[in-house]
Amino acid sequence: MMEHINWIHNIPFFSIFLAMLSGILTALVKNGKTAYKIHMGMVLVVCIMSGLLLVSLSAKNEMFTFMMGHFPAPWGNELRAGPLEALMATTFSVVMLLTVSGGSQFIFKDVVEEKQSLYFIMLNALFGAMLALVYTNDIFTAYVFIEINTIASCALIMAKGTPQSMVGTTHYLVISLLGSGLFLLGVCILYSITGHLLFPQMQEGILELIKTEAYRMPLLVVTGFMFIGIAIKSALFPFHSMLPGAYQAAIPTSSGILSGLVLKSYIILGIKLIYCVFSAQVMHTLKITEVLFAFGLAGMVMGSVYAMKERKMKRMLAYSSVAQIGYIYMGIGMASPVGMTAACFHILAHAVTKTLLFICCGSFVEDSDGKEKIYHMRGVALRNPLAGIGYTIGALSMIGIPLLAGFISKIYFATASVYSSGKMAAVLIVLGVSMVLNALYFLPSVIAIWTPVKGEEKKPAVTNSPAFATSIVGFIILNLILGICYRPITHIIQTSIELLAQ
Amino acid sequence: MKDKKSFWEHLKAWVDGEEVILNADKYIATRTPKESLNWHKFFSVQNVKENKRNYAVLSVGITALFIGIMLSVVDALPEFGSPYNPSNNEVMVRYLEKGIEETGAVNFVAGMILDYRAFDTFGEANVLFLAVMCVVLLLKKDKKNYSAKEEQENQEDDFFDTNEKRPILQIGAKMLAPMVILYGIYVVLNGHLSPGGGFSGGSIIGAGLILYASAYGQKKMQTFFTFKTFTKICAGGLLTYCACKSYSFFTGANHVGYEIPKGIPGNILSAGFILPLNICVGLIVACTMYGFYALFTKGDI
Repeated sequence: MMEHINWIHNIPFFSIFLAMLSGILTALVKNGKTAYKIHMGMVLVVCIMSGLLLVSLSAKNEMFTFMMGHFPAPWGNELRAGPLEALMATTFSVVMLLTVSGGSQFIFKDVVEEKQSLYFIMLNALFGAMLALVYTNDIFTAYVFIEINTIASCALIMAKGTPQSMVGTTHYLVISLLGSGLFLLGVCILYSITGHLLFPQMQEGILELIKTEAYRMPLLVVTGFMFIGIAIKSALFPFHSMLPGAYQAAIPTSSGILSGLVLKSYIILGIKLIYCVFSAQVMHTLKITEVLFAFGLAGMVMGSVYAMKERKMKRMLAYSSVAQIGYIYMGIGMASPVGMTAACFHILAHAVTKTLLFICCGSFVEDSDGKEKIYHMRGVALRNPLAGIGYTIGALSMIGIPLLAGFISKIYFATASVYSSGKMAAVLIVLGVSMVLNALYFLPSVIAIWTPVKGEEKKPAVTNSPAFATSIVGFIILNLILGICYRPITHIIQTSIELLAQ
Repeated sequence: MKDKKSFWEHLKAWVDGEEVILNADKYIATRTPKESLNWHKFFSVQNVKENKRNYAVLSVGITALFIGIMLSVVDALPEFGSPYNPSNNEVMVRYLEKGIEETGAVNFVAGMILDYRAFDTFGEANVLFLAVMCVVLLLKKDKKNYSAKEEQENQEDDFFDTNEKRPILQIGAKMLAPMVILYGIYVVLNGHLSPGGGFSGGSIIGAGLILYASAYGQKKMQTFFTFKTFTKICAGGLLTYCACKSYSFFTGANHVGYEIPKGIPGNILSAGFILPLNICVGLIVACTMYGFYALFTKGDI
């Protein structure tokens, strides 16, 4: 009876439930260390399962839907997994594993001891919600897990318990809720004009509406609402104001996860909406892609300009995230499969790089007595060379130096611009400007951390914990893998985007 | 001022356009630089925020624009309750026609949220759980967020709770709270038979607990409802939900296992997993409601 079960197809369901289950179990655990072990074990298992799923799906180049319960598609919930989803889930779990192991020292230092297990509940739930956003095939499920994502990310920011983190959390919460609210309005209106909540049925409904020209105005508004909602959630340029305060006040581990993964989970949901609900052609007719493209370009430049003005390292990194999100939206806005491939690759590259930068930055802050300005961090890399190397590699990758992940995504963006008529000049010019700006704010900080302070007695070298060292080395290796052996990954992304667009 | 200019100075003056004006040097020396409007500053967020009227006009304008868009969308939406609406499709027909047969629940809503679309409800139950855990993380007393002054205030509150005579409230609560809680339990247990269910029944139970706590003080509540019980009930409820639904999703998706007996629709023991799931959701909601109250008033459960 059990032999005809396709275990591979159960992986998305297992991953989500395992993450949520360990979140619930952690509530019964009082000790932070035990909670940490449960979390790491869970992420490791999910990582292995997602890897298996990725290997199996990309070998067969197939996608499947998984029925959540006894009832088929338009009546019950559904999950959907293809190579893209599996790739994202694998990357998320690897990055999560490395970030939490590297950042565990900050968690145990900054969070009050009796509340450490609560922090891990939130981490587990956040991970489960991100997986659900990646795998979902149902717009209401997406909304529910967006809620979980929002609550858990706010908890991660406020876990430090300082007044700044409260202010940061409040700001983050208000803007996030605006995004969720717009998304929910979108879901409601879309349901009332199509009558469905599952992606494929909704897509049929929308294509029918486009053909009959019925409900033209609600459809336009709803598309706008959904994508503005997702843009607010993922901090696209004019909606980025909550990032710097929140990331500065949070524990570096939280900042890394929020910037590297949480923002990306919303973007992946957006990509799935584009292909599976609205379909690329409708997006093009409604000119939504053009709007995303314009905001993406603006974000690329403005994020970097803001970052140049910052003197505090974490705020600088937060603004740099704004610029990088701009890159991703530019790729989406090109409205071509090539542009989308570049955007997806940049999601991976940024996830791997920005978390590394935040973890290293957290360690710098700790080594320079809690001071956050780059000025006070002079010479800190000489005392902690490993974190210094990590930061340097991350910065170079963000600038786009060959052999590193950031270079590949930039070259793909440039290539993609050739295929989108009328946008080539804009893309190439803004890409060039933005890269120069990136270099203008990242290089000074790199130079600062490697320059010794004159006339000051030498402070002792910092010893890193093995977990931190492994995490930094792991991130650097991931960065090099994405920068050198990128072919198979872009191949997977390309084929899976073709699958999505069918 | 020098009479003789060097070639370089001449060139500079020519480039600046000063040679053409008579007595240019004198003019330049006396004129005050014209105040130019700093466009960057003018439109900066700081300036808009400082100038309250701009801010108000801008926010009212944006809000009005949004209200306008929303109203026009509502106007263009399908008419409420019309039989030709897009939402009046095969999905709803099956929920209504086959709902009792397929889920065993007479209450269609319970069948929908706890059987057809149980994954969403699992998410919602987790939302509640996480929300209350978030409040615990924020407000539960610890050495960072709790000062000696607050401790003193809390002790004074406790003193009044134990010593103050509030006969009307206390007798009222003593009589009402059990009935409220009993009614909540009824709503939860009959969730699959009549309107109601875990969410509404749970909030009624929670209201009963809050009534009791506000009349007799938290000390008395802690004799039977501590933080430990609270986490155990919440986690237990969610674990049961998780286990039931994992089983149901796994067997459903892979077409294995035996059907959960649905019983006779209308009986109290019917509708498969819906009754236990309703109980789980009810427990979680009741704990969440009371947890919010306790944490916001005393910072502890």
